[in-house]
Amino acid sequence: MLARRGTGYPVRKGDAEAPRIVRLTTDSHRPFPERQSEAYLSRDGEVPLGFAWYVFLGGKDNLRRIPAEAHGIALPDEFTYLGDGDILRLSSDRGNITALFIRSVRHHSFLLTERCNHYCLMCSQPPRDVDDDWIMDDIMATIPLIDPTTHEIGFTGGEPTLLGDRLVRLVDQCRALLPKTGVHVLTNGRAFADQAYAAKFAAIRHHDLMFGIPIYSDLADRHDYVVQAQGAFDETIRGILNLKRHRVPVEIRMVIHKQTYERLPDLARFIARNLTFVDQVVFMGLEMTGFTRANLDTLWIDPVNYQTQLAEAVRLLAASRMKVSIYNHQLCITDRSLWPYAKRSISDWKNEYMAECKGCSARSECAGFFSSAKFRHSSHIHAI
Amino acid sequence: MSKFAPLAQFSRGQESGYKLLPFKFDALDEDRWLVTNLVGEFHVLPRQTLENFIHHELSPNAPDYCALKSKHFLIDGDSDVALDLLALKTRTRYQRLANFTGLHLFVITLRCEHSCPYCQVSRQNDDKTQFDMSEEVADRALDLVFHSPSPNIKIEFQGGEPLLNFGRLRQVVLRAKDRNRSKQKNLAFVIATNLAVLSDDVLAFCREHDIHISTSLDGPEDLHNRNRPRPGNDSYQRTIAGIRRVRETLGRDRVSAVMTATAGSLARVREIIDEYVATGFHGIFLRPLSPYGFAVKTKWIAAYDQQAWLRFYFEGLDYIIDLNKRGYPFREFYAATILAKMLTPFQPGFVDLMSPAGIGIGALVYNYDGSVYASDESRMLAEMGDETFRLGTVRDSYEALITSEKLLDPLEQSFAASVPMCVDCAFEPYCGADPVYHHATQRDFVGRKPESGFCSRNIAIFRGLMTRMEADADTRHLFTRWANR
Repeated sequence: MLARRGTGYPVRKGDAEAPRIVRLTTDSHRPFPERQSEAYLSRDGEVPLGFAWYVFLGGKDNLRRIPAEAHGIALPDEFTYLGDGDILRLSSDRGNITALFIRSVRHHSFLLTERCNHYCLMCSQPPRDVDDDWIMDDIMATIPLIDPTTHEIGFTGGEPTLLGDRLVRLVDQCRALLPKTGVHVLTNGRAFADQAYAAKFAAIRHHDLMFGIPIYSDLADRHDYVVQAQGAFDETIRGILNLKRHRVPVEIRMVIHKQTYERLPDLARFIARNLTFVDQVVFMGLEMTGFTRANLDTLWIDPVNYQTQLAEAVRLLAASRMKVSIYNHQLCITDRSLWPYAKRSISDWKNEYMAECKGCSARSECAGFFSSAKFRHSSHIHAI
Repeated sequence: MSKFAPLAQFSRGQESGYKLLPFKFDALDEDRWLVTNLVGEFHVLPRQTLENFIHHELSPNAPDYCALKSKHFLIDGDSDVALDLLALKTRTRYQRLANFTGLHLFVITLRCEHSCPYCQVSRQNDDKTQFDMSEEVADRALDLVFHSPSPNIKIEFQGGEPLLNFGRLRQVVLRAKDRNRSKQKNLAFVIATNLAVLSDDVLAFCREHDIHISTSLDGPEDLHNRNRPRPGNDSYQRTIAGIRRVRETLGRDRVSAVMTATAGSLARVREIIDEYVATGFHGIFLRPLSPYGFAVKTKWIAAYDQQAWLRFYFEGLDYIIDLNKRGYPFREFYAATILAKMLTPFQPGFVDLMSPAGIGIGALVYNYDGSVYASDESRMLAEMGDETFRLGTVRDSYEALITSEKLLDPLEQSFAASVPMCVDCAFEPYCGADPVYHHATQRDFVGRKPESGFCSRNIAIFRGLMTRMEADADTRHLFTRWANR
């Protein structure tokens, strides 16, 4: 697991204000105009002139050699994975380091806010009602620095649509500055019950935008219970209808647990019948973080015990010619008929394997585990 | 005290009670009742449960309550988005109507070298060129084709044997493609041919213009050749050879076949299906004789009754289901059409099973002599001397044809959702209006349903399909795949 946050040892020469958010380079021959907004990542102590920041791996001895009017920081060892194109938020007074963008990982995800109008039983990112507008400021500053060959970036929360028009501006920035990059937004979709809001995203005409929206049941009360919000089901459905009315791509994603597994086939039928036009459906395994731990008795079911329902649901959606995927499921406990739908989905910095996986021949195709699965995972894991 | 509220706090059905949404019901068998709603969703439940449901006595905790709620037979205090979804599904079912005519049939000649006793279009001997479509008629017909607002245009060449007038066929294809350069429709061509006079030239032309072939294959050699006589008595050999040549030249999926069941077919449905499998097909349309053309004159249609036909159909259907379970993917197309109405939000554009009827708005027929008919059956009727569904000629405008009383009157009268008996029928969402059939058999666009062969045949098939998928999950999944072709 890659360290995202840490504290380093900062120094500052002169009074110049340094940018807080910088992109790393290891190229000592960068054009000088570029250097003013970049950080030079030095592994061997080299200090080419003209960079705004100097980031050192392997000790702080070199810090004193940075040029005048520059900022420097020595990183702790867990950041040795950093490389060209990665983006950091650095503070020159306290030495705080946050890796905002790591080019080498498969899934790039940005949390836009911790605020949320849901309070899901299994929330992996428990919401906090705080003023965190600064997060969006940083992300808006990050977007222009992201490698434009990046395949996809994801926005999550909290509930991103609580940002209102700021989210519209963010997606529009992505359209303009990252013309080859897909954008995936995880949202509960309720804000799109306001058709005008949905229309704003259509008007951006983004080349590859998708909203991932959860529906946990075909029955309103059960969905509202899972997300702990009265009336959520109706608003979410209306939101999906509005997005699709404006031809904005939508993915339905749902987490399988003890409160949702029984009606999986009913949910699949409901989706095939009422929401045929959504672009894909994703069934996800439970992540052992956040509220899930507090609600373990309410939520935990060993995945081997819902394979029948899951297979039935996937079969129905696939027969209805809908695109369907399964995330976060280990192949050894997944019904064989479902293997073609099981994706290697877990963000690589969360992704791990268990002792039981030793010698498993399917490992390279298997999603593996969230690192949090050490807390609880299926008792039927075995090498195959 | 948990900071999470229990499920009960979100379930308001108990206190709010529930409202019934529009639905119809009928007995499926002795114990079970079928309920259907206006968008074709259905649920099967015990009679007592149905009564409880209707009397607002069904508990929100009952499994049937959840199913009925999920399928939009009721709403309660939890949610009212069902109304939005019902409206959406209704629009989806009728979206095809807004496009108007997509299928355009060109009867390019009535000549045919076959002399099938069941011929429904009353073919002519193949030396009588007065039964060929002229250049002028073809051009005017194309004017009409490209006046249809539909973005999808399919031109199907019919006969007689359309390849006997290949010159005109070629001309229509070339001129249609020429016009389409500015119209930019999704344009497709089909030739309905017996393949007996297939030449290399024709194949090369079909390949160049991406033309699909639809042919007739009635079953094993002796049956096929008895049903479809021609000089030399070699229809079967020519059809099989033709199918092979089409596959090898145009591609595996470029040819399809239909069969027509005669009295001689009734005991042989498995052999017929085996013949299709042996020929490499993955589907069949099990089709009864229709009350038109020679089939009436030669009394072939009177040679079997509907019960015999239904036995034939279901024996075939079960055999096909079994074929699939043994690993050979194979469809029965009529069932697939109905299943699409049962299991998807969409209405397939099958002219005989649409409501409003498919005549005119689903298909138009341009006859060799310039007459325009509302459907293939309409011109079959005209060949028997009844011009009720002759909408006009190719010299009329598309607007005049499509708004003529001769079309609007039968469409309006026969709309199934407002027809006596259909209005109460639980199977109506799966059925269609066939004013041509009812006019042909009862001299009335609506017809008395208890005497309608169309009604009794289709209801038997609806029940048969419903019973089979309720009984077996694998069959239900197979049917779902058929429905979502």
